[in-house]
Amino acid sequence: MPGGSARWLLLAAVLVLVLPLEGTTVSETGSTPAPPRDPDHHGGHHGGNATKKAFPVLELDYDHIHTPFEISLWVLLASLMKLGFHLIPRLSSIVPESCLLITVGLLVGGLIKLAGEDVPPVLNSQLFFLCLLPPIILDAGYFLPIRPFMENLGTILMFAVVGTLWNSFFVGGLLYGVCQLQPTNSSILNDIELLPCLLFGSIVSAVDPVAVLAVFEEIHINELLHILVFGESLLNDAVTVVLYHLFDEYASVGTVTMTDAVLGVLCFLVVAVGGVLVGAVYGILAAFTSRFTSHTRVIEPLFVFVYSYMAYLSAEMFHLSGIMALIACGAVMRPYVEANISHKSHTTIKYFLKMWSSVSETLIFIFLGVATVDGKHAWNWTFVTVTVILCLIGRVIGVVGLTFIINKFRIVKLTTKDQFIIAYGGLRGAIAFSLGFLLDKVRYAEIREMFLTAIITVVFFTVFVQGMTIKPLVELLAVKKKQEAKRSINEEIHTQFLDHLLTGIEDICGHYGHHHWKDKLNRFNKKYVKKCLIAGERSKEPQLIAFYHKMEMKQAIELVESGGGVKLPPSVPSTVSMQNIQPKKPPPAERALPQLPKGREDEIRKILRGNLQKTRQRLRSYNRHTLVADPFEDGLNDLLLKKHKMIELEKKVKMSNYLTVPAAPPDSPTIARARLASDPQAYNMKQIDSVPTIQVDLASPQSPDSLNLLDELQRANQRGQSQRREQEEDEEEEEEVQGLMMRPPHRGGDKTEDGAPMGKEQRLMRCLSDPGPSAEEDEDEPFLS
Amino acid sequence: MGALHSLPDDPQHADLAEKTGFSLEQIGILRKRFKQLSANEETLRREDFNTIPDLACNPIRSQIIEAFFDRRNFRQSDGAGTVREIGFGEFLAVMSHFRPPSIHLKEEQREAIRMEKLRFLFNMHDTDNDGTITLEEYRHVVEELLSRSGALGKETAKGIADAAMLEVASISMGHMEPDEFYEGITFEHFNKLLKEFEIESRMNIRFMNMDTPTLCK
Repeated sequence: MPGGSARWLLLAAVLVLVLPLEGTTVSETGSTPAPPRDPDHHGGHHGGNATKKAFPVLELDYDHIHTPFEISLWVLLASLMKLGFHLIPRLSSIVPESCLLITVGLLVGGLIKLAGEDVPPVLNSQLFFLCLLPPIILDAGYFLPIRPFMENLGTILMFAVVGTLWNSFFVGGLLYGVCQLQPTNSSILNDIELLPCLLFGSIVSAVDPVAVLAVFEEIHINELLHILVFGESLLNDAVTVVLYHLFDEYASVGTVTMTDAVLGVLCFLVVAVGGVLVGAVYGILAAFTSRFTSHTRVIEPLFVFVYSYMAYLSAEMFHLSGIMALIACGAVMRPYVEANISHKSHTTIKYFLKMWSSVSETLIFIFLGVATVDGKHAWNWTFVTVTVILCLIGRVIGVVGLTFIINKFRIVKLTTKDQFIIAYGGLRGAIAFSLGFLLDKVRYAEIREMFLTAIITVVFFTVFVQGMTIKPLVELLAVKKKQEAKRSINEEIHTQFLDHLLTGIEDICGHYGHHHWKDKLNRFNKKYVKKCLIAGERSKEPQLIAFYHKMEMKQAIELVESGGGVKLPPSVPSTVSMQNIQPKKPPPAERALPQLPKGREDEIRKILRGNLQKTRQRLRSYNRHTLVADPFEDGLNDLLLKKHKMIELEKKVKMSNYLTVPAAPPDSPTIARARLASDPQAYNMKQIDSVPTIQVDLASPQSPDSLNLLDELQRANQRGQSQRREQEEDEEEEEEVQGLMMRPPHRGGDKTEDGAPMGKEQRLMRCLSDPGPSAEEDEDEPFLS
Repeated sequence: MGALHSLPDDPQHADLAEKTGFSLEQIGILRKRFKQLSANEETLRREDFNTIPDLACNPIRSQIIEAFFDRRNFRQSDGAGTVREIGFGEFLAVMSHFRPPSIHLKEEQREAIRMEKLRFLFNMHDTDNDGTITLEEYRHVVEELLSRSGALGKETAKGIADAAMLEVASISMGHMEPDEFYEGITFEHFNKLLKEFEIESRMNIRFMNMDTPTLCK
């Protein structure tokens, strides 16, 4: 198959080209700091009498750029690898990406070693904690699904705090016990104190968000389990930080007293709450800043990124939990920032975050592989195997025990299957490794390597064995998967309805339950916070309407992307359209009206199209006097009004330019720049005049062109045109007046002429009003597909 | 709460406990609340709900109050229409719709509870009791939900309700001829619509944490 062989060729080419390059780069840095230079140039500096050399036309100055060059090369390697994996047809479905990347890292490390060079210490903790980890966490925090997170917060906290504590002490303590049981002379194990063991326990017991994300992304389990494991991996950072520092501090001293333990608990509270507060403060700042960015849309995403990064760094400065700060920052700022920024900025933020986190993740796994090859290892069979076994057992016992307690307080209980997945999904990853790397080389001289080896083994075991087998296990156990169904408007309505209902019932019972407090928080949010942090009109928009707009927006975009006039395959294929649900009206008195022959229709269409532009301005005065108010039109009116408000609001869709008749041509530089600055506020004033009034005028189910007829009619009457013309126009007028009963004379023609939006609006109108089906029209398309 | 154990109508409570599934303790607590709301009378009227300050800011408060006086929710087989006042038994019957299902339930029992809760919601929407939620009624629901948001109200509500109705029609009916008319959402359609909603786990109140004496206003 030609396609397949092309892929293989590409992959081979990639590997062949990049890897040696990688090797040479490293070797060059590994060797002397003085790069190869033009010998002429070099020699020119020595000696008293400067001998004139030829002017160097071309020289090689690698030193100048070597750091950014290497960084770029690594990033390039990572990205090409990622590309390569997806080209290989079946590989990505069997093996999770993380495993493949670690393997690549091992290969690269091995190659470098074979080339005889020192493997660069790529995974130094500085780089990891300050550059590689934040994008992943920010991505997770910004897109954290708040509702399920909050609903399960108690459970998540239990797992994160109590679970991690249990794991650390279990692993550390039992490991110490095992070490003590070793015969004194045969191994160094006996010398390990309790505290270093506990320190090791705390490092190795934390569930890693990067690994969890990498693996769980691919298995698509249901939202509850995902949020439980993922939330736990995020929130256990505080516990890990405190335990690590606590045991590290006192490991040399050798004892931990009661006061230290109490201080430790206090420290934990400070670290956790402090981290969240720092994050929240920066989040609010970011939200507040975004309120004023309506004139400088281009740098909006920058605020989001910079504020979040600063939140992380500020938290790290005080040794608070940087991860929790980042999560809090992202989660707090998101609703307000999203209400303020333009659609383009929103897309930019989303894609940048995804891109950075993806590259970071890839790099982390590759570096893990490289660092494995590099580091000095001290393999100790007992230590390593006992660690792995204890980790597994500890996790299982912890999860089962905690679930037993938690289920007493939950309405939706966790089943055994759930517990199994939670236990099995407790993956360790690069954070554990980096923390191990951070261990002081002097204080833990002999045992550091052993610890590192054990940590790497555990990480490899969880990522490879558990990562690879979790997918088949999920299938085997038939764990509920994520529902791919789109959020429907009905569900949104009923979610809101249910919220209010339950709050009401709680109030009637006199019970201050969590619905009550949630409602209070929402009201406080709406009344005070939103006013401060969201610019302009959007601050008052209730959630249901915002949701509805978002949905319509999505559909409008889909419409444009699919080419405007082409029929979209609706998600629920059906031929139901608006007219099916509108309440039946008693048919007005029948009037025999002749149908216009097709030729006539074309003529009329041409005339009207020609006149469309200029009469748009004057439509305003015609509508109320000349059109009979049809009760059916009400719904139509409103729908269109709303539709156009939506379209005018969301200027991202270039359709909107067409609706503004007096606007400059779309390619003029002013308009192009204005489009970059597009946002609800900037366009509101301009549009209000032209667009809504047009829509109101379109109360008639006929196209806007029909109103031209009125214009023509007036003119015709004034000028006293020929009888035939009047008659024809008479008929047209009657048709209009009838509204509902007639087939609009011009269908399908005007669509392409006036551009997609016009077409859409017309099509919708016909959708709503047209009594008859037509083969070539797609009027029967459901209103919202 | 010392008087709890010597209530004169204990046998009645036992009977109610069996009918509604509440525990005796919960019934005691609710009884106290009932007495408080009804100002120590035997029956509760609509006006009595006005004494609850928090309820005033609820956008769908009138519908919630109506649900308490709707005979269909009283767990009697022949209920229809509304009453002017309710006794404690009816109060409990309505409240029992919000009890969380116990864990040790078989599949059919879970399903039955789910239907019950869904029925309650359906009755709240279907105010004229004709078995379907018409477009008008649905519009009313959305309007009420948005009633606190001021200016945007009517037209947006209509738009949203129309869109929602169309969605229901699409899901339930599949194909319809253009001149057919979709009468309204029947109970089966409603069920189909909210199939993934997991209503039996969401429509619950924890009745165990109530402590009425401290909440006496």
